[in-house]
Amino acid sequence: MAKFHVTATVNGEEVEYLCDPQQTMLDVLRDELNLTGTKEGCSSGDCGACSVILDGRLVCSCLALGAELDGAKIETIEGMAEGDELHPLQQKFLEEAALQCGFCTPGFLVAAKNLLERNPDPTETEVRYWLAGNLCRCTGYDKIIRSVLDVAAEMRGS
Amino acid sequence: MPNLARREEEQGSKMSGFQFEAPASVDEAVGVLANAAGNVRVLAGGTDLLVQLRAGIVKPDLVVDIKRIDELNTIRQESDGSFLIGAAVCGQAISENDALHKTWPGVVEAMDLIGSTQVQGRASLGGNLCNASPAADSVPGIVAAGAVCIVAGPNGRREVPVEEIPTAPGKTSLAKGEFVVAIKLPPRPAHSGDAYLRMIPRTEMDIAIVGAGVNLTLDDQGVCTAARVALGAVAPTVLLVKDAGAALVGTKVDEAALTKLAAAASAACNPIDDKRGTIEYRKKVAGVLAQRAAKIALERAGSN
Amino acid sequence: MGYEDKELKWVGTRQIRPDGVDKVTGRANFGADLNLPGMLTGKILRSPHPHAKIVSINTDKAAALPGVKAIVTGADMPEMPSEMAQAGEGAVNFRYLSNNIMAHDKVLYDGHPVAAVAAISDAVANEALSLIEVEYEVLPHVIDVEESMKPDAPVLHDTIFTAGVEPKPEKPSNVVMRVQMGFGDPDAGYEKSDVVIERNYTTQPVHQGYIEPHAAVVEWTENDECRIWCSSQGQFMVRTFTAKLLDLELAQVRVTPAEIGGGFGGKTTIYLEPVAALLSRKSHRPVRMVMSRDEVFRATGPTSGTAMRVKIGATRDGKIQGAEAELKYQAGAYPGSPVAPGCMTAFAPYALENVKTVGYDVVVNRPLSASYRAPGAPMASFAVESAIDELAQELGMDPIDLRLKNAAKEGTQAPYGPKFKSIGYIETLEAAKAHPNYNIPLGPNQGRGVASGFWFNIGMQSSATVNVAEDGTVCVISGNPDIGGSRASLAMMAAEVLGVDYNKVKIIVGDTASIGYNDVTGGSRVTFATGMAIIQAAEDVVQQLRERAAMTWDIGVDAVVWEDGFARPASANAGDFKPLSLADIAAKAGRTGGPINGKAAINARGAGAGFGTHICDVEVDPDTGHVTVLRYTAVQDAGKAIHPGYVEGQMQGGVAQGVGWALNEEYIYGEDGRLQNPGFLDYRMPVASDLPMIDTVIVEVPNPAHPFGVRGVGEVPIVPPLGATANAVSHAIGKRMTDLPLSPPAIVSALDS
Repeated sequence: MAKFHVTATVNGEEVEYLCDPQQTMLDVLRDELNLTGTKEGCSSGDCGACSVILDGRLVCSCLALGAELDGAKIETIEGMAEGDELHPLQQKFLEEAALQCGFCTPGFLVAAKNLLERNPDPTETEVRYWLAGNLCRCTGYDKIIRSVLDVAAEMRGS
Repeated sequence: MPNLARREEEQGSKMSGFQFEAPASVDEAVGVLANAAGNVRVLAGGTDLLVQLRAGIVKPDLVVDIKRIDELNTIRQESDGSFLIGAAVCGQAISENDALHKTWPGVVEAMDLIGSTQVQGRASLGGNLCNASPAADSVPGIVAAGAVCIVAGPNGRREVPVEEIPTAPGKTSLAKGEFVVAIKLPPRPAHSGDAYLRMIPRTEMDIAIVGAGVNLTLDDQGVCTAARVALGAVAPTVLLVKDAGAALVGTKVDEAALTKLAAAASAACNPIDDKRGTIEYRKKVAGVLAQRAAKIALERAGSN
Repeated sequence: MGYEDKELKWVGTRQIRPDGVDKVTGRANFGADLNLPGMLTGKILRSPHPHAKIVSINTDKAAALPGVKAIVTGADMPEMPSEMAQAGEGAVNFRYLSNNIMAHDKVLYDGHPVAAVAAISDAVANEALSLIEVEYEVLPHVIDVEESMKPDAPVLHDTIFTAGVEPKPEKPSNVVMRVQMGFGDPDAGYEKSDVVIERNYTTQPVHQGYIEPHAAVVEWTENDECRIWCSSQGQFMVRTFTAKLLDLELAQVRVTPAEIGGGFGGKTTIYLEPVAALLSRKSHRPVRMVMSRDEVFRATGPTSGTAMRVKIGATRDGKIQGAEAELKYQAGAYPGSPVAPGCMTAFAPYALENVKTVGYDVVVNRPLSASYRAPGAPMASFAVESAIDELAQELGMDPIDLRLKNAAKEGTQAPYGPKFKSIGYIETLEAAKAHPNYNIPLGPNQGRGVASGFWFNIGMQSSATVNVAEDGTVCVISGNPDIGGSRASLAMMAAEVLGVDYNKVKIIVGDTASIGYNDVTGGSRVTFATGMAIIQAAEDVVQQLRERAAMTWDIGVDAVVWEDGFARPASANAGDFKPLSLADIAAKAGRTGGPINGKAAINARGAGAGFGTHICDVEVDPDTGHVTVLRYTAVQDAGKAIHPGYVEGQMQGGVAQGVGWALNEEYIYGEDGRLQNPGFLDYRMPVASDLPMIDTVIVEVPNPAHPFGVRGVGEVPIVPPLGATANAVSHAIGKRMTDLPLSPPAIVSALDS
């Protein structure tokens, strides 16, 4: 069966890849583009560990096909820091111990970044519902939610 | 490079899989669908289809991505006030449409309840309808709203009431070559409002145990002149419960009418016991939610 | 050596974890992230039946599929004797472990592995699995623990005869063993009591729910070395288990720990590694195996579902006179439920004169249970803490006062035998009672629940190395996978002992060839036991630094002290020398005797017992049964919090898991014995919007056995939430809820009954 030739922009760089029709965007990111920061936790859209930004919207990369992405603009965790400069959310997660095992962390960071780009002043409830599709089994969410609220406040202040 | 070697080997293998097409127009899509052999699946947001593919629940020979068709990705308000929502417009885009949200808050909220933020970035009204799950959150909302589907097929276009699309869990009335292009919400009369509520064990991420959508219209005196009540997850398809709507018509949607509504909603249920809920629970909560949704719809109707 | 009296610079602060930046940038390598040249994909064929004999397996068609490089079945696994061996966190029967990883003659649960393939791609591997023909003779199955105990239940193992009963049974049974412990005479206690509460309780199996599925890469080299990269709670456990199951020498197996995406006990055993090893040996290529979420739920260890009875009697003054519990725990397909620790912990928070616990380990046609955070304790605690709460209600006493009246303290004989040393249970009760949460007024349909919990914590074996580099930086090698920030707390203790900047201390988790043996990351032992090993290794370095300074100054080593990172003369009498920093000494190490490396290998004793007391406030929608957790406060004695942020994190995470256990998590089986909810959609773990902020209060009653006073903290916090949540819901609805989970249909049904 013929493979699909896809050209897309990932973290600001144009990439080309070949994929089988049944490969998901997550498979493509991890196996074809070696971007393993995006994690597979369930492959059914229920855990958010594979969260990426697709054309400006937060999605689960396990719920899109690689073949769908010709011309798409994709942002992953690998594109979140700018050079040596961590995104304020990344820095805050470190300072506040908002990660324990760290496996869900890339998905949470990508999702939280997308939230703050859309809503710079979210309430605690809004943060909790926005991130409800990102499962964390280690932290009880407390420090994650606090970190996002703190960063929102800091970014508004700056 | 080992990866290249691996790829060559793969090409030599008899890998099972499906074909993939992404037509750019409705006519092209109809052509692809009508001429396809074997099992064909239409891909909109993919939030159900990809899960089913992964689990091996569906094994299509061809997947047709309709997201590259402009008409399927737009929301348009007609001059008569009706809304056309492209079948592949994602939930987040629906929520972002202020005019739609203001006019049909129940429909928009129902759509918004589907899955996570991530799912909202992909899942569509058309996909949620055609997936034909009895528990689809958006469907009671659009059924209560009296929405119709624009269906394109080899014989041109036709309009079908949305409640006629799902026929059984996972099954639709669409003929070969047909697909849903848009969902059309009728013009909103004065003094009317809608609401949708669902019951899930958590606060997010669950499939509805029960869902209830209510759309009602009042006259200038506050007497209900029309009401549609739809229930999800209590029968093999989403139910339009005419008795429940009738319980409100001619009343000021007072406690007595709401009690009758709840009783009619519970009585209409034909649910199953499953991992998500029991028969007794679903019947009871269908009445509770229909009542609560009616109260919200009433409040909304009173303010426009 | 104790540090309690010293001013601490690093211990007790909130440092950034050494591995942090890699984890927030997506660079950290977890189990599934390694990609080796020529690597194949391994996949497992699993039984669709809960109980069946394997009549035959035909792999011919699969083997003929282009791209298939190796196939493994139970016939490829060496026969294991049925004997218990000490390994991992406890005793393991390697025959059962082997059969669980790859069924030999019988499948015992939906999801039981029967064959595996290695192929060039996922798609080819999946197709190959579909071509393997397995003929089964389906047998009657049993899912429920009490059904399984009945004499006419289908028998899973004809080799199991109930242990611990007299006379020795003649018929095989699903009841693996009966255990009993306690002292005094509970019946005599009830005679004296004014109020006696007796209730039955049930809980459902729940999964640890780590977000990272099990994953391993194995390369069997042409030098006959078995190299494993995997995510686990112990690289040495993986080595021991894999070597044993494949009949290899330990040194032949080298395990490199990947970062681990959560474990909670569930990764203290193995599932994939021996299978991947056999596939690699056959194919002469590296093989990666990654479970799907469905496989994780169907075939890796949940903890036991239970049926329990608790009876407690007290006099009007609140003094408990007698207490007993009967605990029946599902082991899953093979023996090994945590019923013994359930019996040991059930009444541990209380000072009792008459107490008896009886436990049964029962096999059923479900996946083999695995450790889950304080294994066995949360369920027993749920039953006991519910009964205590009801007792308080009957007595008209405040539930914390009732607990204070009966609280265990230093010198109390624990129901499982020994006397407690210094413990902080009473302090947690007092802190809970004083917490604002305890006095916030409640509205309609709201309820407040209190519960306490206990966990032993363990010490066990740890090795550590502290290497001083020539420039004065320090490299620490630990042998425990870092599951929740332990690199930070371990490096902080090393920095504290050495008196150097925390940021000058680098720490790695070594592979099995580069560090001495370590028991698993489990039992809340790492900060305590491995911390102790690192402290001793750092003290070994300090000793060497003093010797080098003494040599440089040509004075006796006793005349040199180590203070704040400098060697100094102990007093003016010792001479007037400019203090030497660690960097000064390290730079000249080659001229003063060679490299400076500290080592310690210990079997740590004296893990301090841990107690916690939790407060949970809920509101229940009486029409739908939906429960909202309004507030939650967790109080715990941590001994000494090395990194308070990660201690709080352990408490908050344990609470979230416990609340999930109480409210919505459960394994749901159909009549056909197949798991109906093997995914995060219908296995309902708490999501961010389900929980409030979780307030934490860290009480510090130092553990005298640890230099900094550390007690384990990871497990205690999952013990009280089941009882606290159930008590809160019971008060909110005015009905005593005895069966978990407290799902909306269950609550509505209780309200309507």
